[in-house]
Amino acid sequence: MIEFKNISKFYTQNGQTIPALDQINLSIPAGSIFGIIGYSGAGKSTLVRLINLLERPSEGQVIVNQKDMTALSAKDLRTERTHIGMIFQHFNLLQTKTVAENIEMPLLLLGVDKAKRQARLEELLDFIDLKHKRNAFPDELSGGQKQRVGIARALANHPKILLCDEATSALDPQTTKSVLDLLKKINEEQGITIVIVTHEMDVIERICDQVAVMEAGKVIEHGPTVQIFSHPQHPTTKTFIQTVFQQQLPRKILDNLQHKGIDTIYRLQFLGKSAHQPVIQTVIREFDIDFNILFSNMTEINGTVIGQMFVQILGSVDVVAQAVDYMKKHDVLISQAENE
Amino acid sequence: MKEFIVHWLTVITQPFWTSPLGMDQFVDAMQETIQMVLLSFLFGGIWGLIQGVALVVTRDKGILPNKAIYHGLNPIINALRSLPFFILAIAVIPLTKWIVGSSIGTWAAIVPLTIFIGPYMGRLIETSLLEVNDGIIESAQAMGATPWQIVFKFILPEARSSLILNMTTATISLIGATAMAGAVGAGGIGDLAYSYGYQRFDSSVMLLTVIVLLILVQLVQSLGNWLSKLR
Repeated sequence: MIEFKNISKFYTQNGQTIPALDQINLSIPAGSIFGIIGYSGAGKSTLVRLINLLERPSEGQVIVNQKDMTALSAKDLRTERTHIGMIFQHFNLLQTKTVAENIEMPLLLLGVDKAKRQARLEELLDFIDLKHKRNAFPDELSGGQKQRVGIARALANHPKILLCDEATSALDPQTTKSVLDLLKKINEEQGITIVIVTHEMDVIERICDQVAVMEAGKVIEHGPTVQIFSHPQHPTTKTFIQTVFQQQLPRKILDNLQHKGIDTIYRLQFLGKSAHQPVIQTVIREFDIDFNILFSNMTEINGTVIGQMFVQILGSVDVVAQAVDYMKKHDVLISQAENE
Repeated sequence: MKEFIVHWLTVITQPFWTSPLGMDQFVDAMQETIQMVLLSFLFGGIWGLIQGVALVVTRDKGILPNKAIYHGLNPIINALRSLPFFILAIAVIPLTKWIVGSSIGTWAAIVPLTIFIGPYMGRLIETSLLEVNDGIIESAQAMGATPWQIVFKFILPEARSSLILNMTTATISLIGATAMAGAVGAGGIGDLAYSYGYQRFDSSVMLLTVIVLLILVQLVQSLGNWLSKLR
């Protein structure tokens, strides 16, 4: 469990105070995969660095596993850091050390004896599937392989938390997917809490249980990923979701419809259970209405299916209202698309 | 070994050698030069390492920021670095006398040579260490490394290649300074070049000195390049 309590951070530049983080209250449940998304400069990298105190807050507390990190002595802080793994956008591997030496480094720093280091190294090389590269140097590896070495190094000392700072931003989509799968596996098999900072919505969509959206040093929205995807509140959140999941009718189609005098378009959203039920078919059978389906799509967020459909409902006003009520009762979320 | 070198130098220099200087004296002088270079490299290197590391860790964005040390050390280093070696060698004579007991000879030259090369090496080491990616240091801190471990297990090994090249540059400067030390009583081939080449117009000694220095500098540079590529 990670908790940010009234966190603020200011930088002073040329006598001016610039807020980097502004009154942040957030808690990250143990065992979750928590995503922090925002544009560059939103403060998300600063926020994740507060967890292992690579950055100090100007105000507020960071509580990690019931310990107030800001109150620890330098020595205790180092001890806590050994229980928090971290991976980076540019991997930060030692260029002068081999894969094996890089992975063993955290254990070497702790003075773990050679036999134990070797045993752990074998486990980790096996886990990241890079046994054949143990004696290679980082500059002989591909980006994905480097990040896997980074992950193995971060896991060497059995951490409880893994911080990922834009860990897939320098990788191509295919490699990103394999790294994300590996992170998911770590979370599921070892119960490690994973905090992911990213600017890519598909990273959130693929593996995060929960997400916080940041803008200008503030958390503007946070909650379960499925909820944020189905009910984005803030314009920035909507823009992010739009990148992976079309939320609005294309402008041209909308104009065309209005030209034809069609002004009531409903957006139906099917979430989880309702996505698997034949609600539409039932409605058409039970009520004297017709559907004109304009656009529909579907996405899967971390195992939950979200479907949506833009429709024109043809029928008398009363009956349409009844049909809408019926669908609402069956967990279909309905809104009028023209208002958006 | 010495006889072997004397023999071969005599053979090689035979076509142009017109000097009364014995070849064994030349070899002695070379030995003195190499001794001065090696010893002042050793002492200067220790000085430089301490200075370089101290400046890198205590700077504003370093791992142990300390304004007093950083801003206190900087002007002293600049002051020492602003003196040309020839002037420095004369200025520190009282100190040399106090440490070595004499102001003449190879050991006496090592004092000004160290004071000359130490701050220079320190600056070069500082530059090399600053080239290490901040991300490496950040990852070290995230692992819970102590400042000592960050310096010795992360920064220094990662800077190795650049450090070796910079130390090669320093060694070549040192060879240059050693020759000048000859003019203020240190011995070595600088002394020969001065007393034979300059004061007696003995061109054969001059020629041999030039050739030996060219080869020496080439060897040092090649060795440095080779070492910097090893890993």
